[in-house]
Amino acid sequence: MLQVNDLTVRYGDLTIVDHLSFTVEEGQWLMIVGPNGAGKSTTLDAITQGTAYAGQVLFEGEDMKKKKAAERARCVGVLMQNHFAEYAFSVEEVVALGRYSCAGVRSRARWYAGSEIGFEGEFAGTAGGTDVRIGKKPDIGTKKKFGAFTEKRPGVRTKENVGLAQKSRRESGLHAEKHTGRSNEDEQAVENALALTGMSSQRKQSILTLSGGELQRTFLAQVFAQDPKLLLLDEPTNHLDLVYQKQVFELIEKWLQTPGRAVISVVHDLSLAKAYGTKVLLMNRGRKVACGPAVEVLVPEHLDPVYQMNVSGWMRQMLGQWGG
Amino acid sequence: MRSRSGRFSFIEFVIFVAVTFAVFCLCVCIGSVSIPLTDTLSVIWDGVRYHLGRLGMAVIQVVSGSGAEAVGGAGTVPGGVSATVESTGAVISGGNGVLASWLAAKPEGLQASIILSVRLPRVLCVAMTGAALALAGGAMQGLLKNPLADGSTLGVSSGAALGAVIAIAFGVRFPGLPFAGTMVMAILFAFLSLVLILTLAYRLDYSLATNTIILIGVIFSMFVSSLMNIIVTFAADRIQHITFWTMGSLQGASYQNALVLLGVLMLCGGMILRRAQELNAFAIGEDNARHIGVDVRRVKLVILIMVSGLIGVCVSIGGSIGFVGLVTPHIVRMLVGPNHRRLLPASLFGGAVFLMLADLAARTLLNPIELPIGVVTSLVGAVVFVVIFYRSRRRS
Repeated sequence: MLQVNDLTVRYGDLTIVDHLSFTVEEGQWLMIVGPNGAGKSTTLDAITQGTAYAGQVLFEGEDMKKKKAAERARCVGVLMQNHFAEYAFSVEEVVALGRYSCAGVRSRARWYAGSEIGFEGEFAGTAGGTDVRIGKKPDIGTKKKFGAFTEKRPGVRTKENVGLAQKSRRESGLHAEKHTGRSNEDEQAVENALALTGMSSQRKQSILTLSGGELQRTFLAQVFAQDPKLLLLDEPTNHLDLVYQKQVFELIEKWLQTPGRAVISVVHDLSLAKAYGTKVLLMNRGRKVACGPAVEVLVPEHLDPVYQMNVSGWMRQMLGQWGG
Repeated sequence: MRSRSGRFSFIEFVIFVAVTFAVFCLCVCIGSVSIPLTDTLSVIWDGVRYHLGRLGMAVIQVVSGSGAEAVGGAGTVPGGVSATVESTGAVISGGNGVLASWLAAKPEGLQASIILSVRLPRVLCVAMTGAALALAGGAMQGLLKNPLADGSTLGVSSGAALGAVIAIAFGVRFPGLPFAGTMVMAILFAFLSLVLILTLAYRLDYSLATNTIILIGVIFSMFVSSLMNIIVTFAADRIQHITFWTMGSLQGASYQNALVLLGVLMLCGGMILRRAQELNAFAIGEDNARHIGVDVRRVKLVILIMVSGLIGVCVSIGGSIGFVGLVTPHIVRMLVGPNHRRLLPASLFGGAVFLMLADLAARTLLNPIELPIGVVTSLVGAVVFVVIFYRSRRRS
């Protein structure tokens, strides 16, 4: 899916990423680990074209440099670690912005297949302890409506079919559509994203009044609404307490179950990398140290020289305090 | 009542227009000589009808003239030609008769001349300057994700004023267009100062923190004002009213100015309004905007050029009137929320209302002395500035 060839990023004389190559396939969750300053976040920046680089970043064989901004966002979505809200946008407005790149694009059953997993209730349950406002189950009726939507036959002149025809006509002028209002499909995607992340009941709330965990879930909902094929996470749970960390990682794991998707995340916590990653990339000073399955990469031979300490020994010592 | 797409409903627009129009009428009525509302409206109405009539007659004459020529050129039978000419003549006189019957004569008298040649153009220009500055301020506050960004706080207005002063001092002119020289220079300098200020700001502090922006704005304004003073020292004979460029005034505004303002509002303002969704993305965060698929560089460039256009034209016509672009979007945001689909159109109306009221205060508070309009806006603006700064500091 994603192929990074010989990626090099330099700021002046400083080489941040040094001839890095790796690939990510469908269904994979690549964990990028390494000490501070290893070039992990910069690698993500290069993939989203946020920084100048030498080398190649190919998405499904196409050069990311040559894609337009909206096309790129259709392929790659990003969840950052920090969000500083300045203005009192509502949760819904932020999530709806995720549809910016796809307004007017034809319906994708993929998204709705993803939402059929039906773990919204479970999520609301786990959140109940920390946040009493969550607890309202999402409206199941909207999903049924979409089922009817996909089954419509061409040629039958129903109200919906006329709407579809108008929509496809508008698609030819995609640019014009991009700036105008949301279509039904966008509404649906926003609804689903809000439901998935358990933010439905707070949709009208100002983002200035949200807690750190709620804010992160809002932006997670935004990237879910954006519906990219590859999701990049830059230390997504850095400021979140344990409950939210677990929630976010479980949500992303569920999101990944739909075919045609992949995740790359930068994490500091090696246990998280081991637990959720299907593939691990260990970096140090901009270079690749090892890349492969977690059991092969996260071993003392690789870790100890990079972190210059006995990593597994320390981890065991930490865990030992919990007994059993 | 908030619609799903975040736009205003028709009724809300009607309310905005009604409020703006009410303030407009109030400002035309009140002044050193106050004129009753009904008289004012009837004079304006007569004036509009008079000019419409002249326009109509001119159109008829042009159309019929070219028609007669065409017929004369093509006609070979003399009788036929004369018949056609006669009939067109009848149409002309008939048309004139119809127009004359429902169009008024030119309004005469003291009241009419006060309203039509002094107050109406002035209030029109004030309203549109306010709208343009407020829109520019709103766009910049969204783009930079900073509620204190504005032409005056960033120093863009001073930059534009410098451009205008240079144009006058060195006699930059375009043949045939009386005030195009100052205007083009003002727009150019507004854009250059924006680029300079933002480059500096990004170099110093990538996140564009409030403090950085204010600091750079203050330093840039001081630098520009000293340059301006140097120029004025050497070209004192050409630029007598330095206060005009530093405090702003729309005292001598003409219909021509109003037309230019209308044009720039339609062009630059329209372009900014079309980018409301992108501005929303920027207001949430520039990185986030890039991630959701906004062409960040292009949108930024377009917005900056359009903002320079608005500020440049406003400064070349009314001098640098501070804080309108700061105060209006701030108040409007409290009323309609931060969504630019609502914020920007509401700022248009809000800016017009705010500046018209400020102009009214400038004209009437110390009657017969007239204050520069920028004094009034700065008095209000400085207070609002402190309030915003205090709030944002407390939050962080």
